[in-house]
Amino acid sequence: MDFISIAIFLTVIGITLWIAYWASKRTSTASDFYTAGGGLTGWQNGLAIAGDYLSAASFLGIAGAISLTGFDGFYYSVGFLTAYLVVLFLVAEPLRNLGKYTMADMIGARFSATKVRGAAALNTVTIVMFYMIAQLVGAGALIKLLFGIDYWMAVLLVGVMMSIYVLFGGMTATSWVQIVKATLLMAGTVIISFLVLWKFDFNFIGMFEQMTTATKHGEAYLHSGITYKNPFDLISMLLALILGTSGLPHILMRFFTVKDAKTARSSVIYAVWIIGIFYIMTIFLGFGAAMFVGSDAIIAENAAGNMAAPMLAGVLGGSALESFIAAVAFATILAVVAGLVLSGASAIAHDFYGQIIKKGRLTEKQQVSAARWAALGVSVFSIILALGSEKLNVAFLVSLAFCVAAAANVPTILLTIYWKRFNTTGAVASMLTGLIVSLVLVSVSPNVINPIEGKAFFTGNPLFPFQNPALFSVPAGFIAAYLGTVLSKAKRNDEVQYAEVAFKAHTGYRELS
Amino acid sequence: MGNTQPKHSNASSLDYEKFIETPEFRNLIKSKKRFITPYVIIFFAFYILMPILTGFTTVLETKIIGWITGTWLYAFGIFIMVWVFSTIYMRKSYEFDADAEEIINKNILK
Repeated sequence: MDFISIAIFLTVIGITLWIAYWASKRTSTASDFYTAGGGLTGWQNGLAIAGDYLSAASFLGIAGAISLTGFDGFYYSVGFLTAYLVVLFLVAEPLRNLGKYTMADMIGARFSATKVRGAAALNTVTIVMFYMIAQLVGAGALIKLLFGIDYWMAVLLVGVMMSIYVLFGGMTATSWVQIVKATLLMAGTVIISFLVLWKFDFNFIGMFEQMTTATKHGEAYLHSGITYKNPFDLISMLLALILGTSGLPHILMRFFTVKDAKTARSSVIYAVWIIGIFYIMTIFLGFGAAMFVGSDAIIAENAAGNMAAPMLAGVLGGSALESFIAAVAFATILAVVAGLVLSGASAIAHDFYGQIIKKGRLTEKQQVSAARWAALGVSVFSIILALGSEKLNVAFLVSLAFCVAAAANVPTILLTIYWKRFNTTGAVASMLTGLIVSLVLVSVSPNVINPIEGKAFFTGNPLFPFQNPALFSVPAGFIAAYLGTVLSKAKRNDEVQYAEVAFKAHTGYRELS
Repeated sequence: MGNTQPKHSNASSLDYEKFIETPEFRNLIKSKKRFITPYVIIFFAFYILMPILTGFTTVLETKIIGWITGTWLYAFGIFIMVWVFSTIYMRKSYEFDADAEEIINKNILK
């Protein structure tokens, strides 16, 4: 590591630690800890959503995927963005109107049974752990490459930083780390995109023509099909992407950090523009890397192409720009894992401990300390898992997290708001079916059992042919919701509860308490 | 920012079943549904049609503007759809906000 790298790297650490310190003085109640007191403005939360959403998988992964496989990499950009229409049209406002700290709060507003909250919290913890392991293992490998330190040191560094933000600064620190990161990421991406366009003489159409001869794929580089040979697998993956976002706990949690549904709505609008512009620029990152770095050099560093963006920065702007992009990637990882720790902790401390075990009878102080202990627990547990997973190929865990979110959470979230007959049994059946079907199908998919030795945990023929099971697990979640509801007895209370939920969801009315 | 949980006891003093039967609330729900449903169907159909066209056919592989093929233009079309639809939603929702406020004022605050 040269002097510039160390300086930029320490600046990022310094700024974020200062944010944690500043935020710690503003964090005294449970509401401060989980939702930054609900005091974020639309643009702040919009940037924070972008910061939470544009993970290393988005920044480094998509840039790498486009550079190596052309249009097939861009499917992620399209899917991740379109998902926000589902969030905006169907989920964000009712969620803000009904919930308090967690997704389970919102479902619990209609179904008071402990098992409903329990199932929702179980799904949250499952999704958070999958996502977290993927991010931490990826982070370890990446920081090892970027800064040349050992894997275990890299994981520990990220783990300690995320624990500090969340433990001391709660949601306020997490949000501002995400805001800073989103700004840095956009700046870095704009700079690289500009340099790439410059190299192509600002000829957007000509750039496409040059790409037909830039890679070993030839013209196929600009068509769909290099990665996705099976159209059903592609449809399944895109289904998980468009629905999954509306069920990701760390994204849903962001809507509680604003004061009302109107602000939640405007924050989605900001996020849609920021995230959309970013995803358009992934084309320049990918094409640029393929053209000016070359796929052989990219694969030599990392087979999945994760180093494409930093390498491109190095080629275009020298070591200073490469160090800056490496620091941006580091900040990206920190912001995302901090958000994950917080949403995992909220499910454990607020849902399991506070609401289920203690029946909501905790003082403000007890709630905050439970939240801090849970955050510490989630951090330590995931660091240990990540330390033991260095050699595992965990990239599929991100798409598994999207799949579980889409199949296990989204049916219940939508039906809670929009279906009058939906009841407790239907909700529990849907959440558990979505979770179990996703997990079982993935465990017998090519991600886990692969005929090519060394590609997955086991060598052999997969029982389930698709990489992503969403095409089956999402309908399973909806069917279970329907069957669970019609086959069980409706209680009189369910209808009263629906009236209240429908009224509050659509008007934003809250009883003063 | 209170510290009380949103309780779902039946002790709620407000008669929500009556509120949701009022003509104003029913109208709000009806006009929201009428507005949202077509957009959701259109964006979902437009989105899921892409992998069907790229996966099963080669129609989008035609060059349209230089080497920018139909595949890329379709994808850009989805981006534009996301921005346009979210702007339309934003504009339209001001009307719903006003209606919702009126319902609360009329039924609860009186």
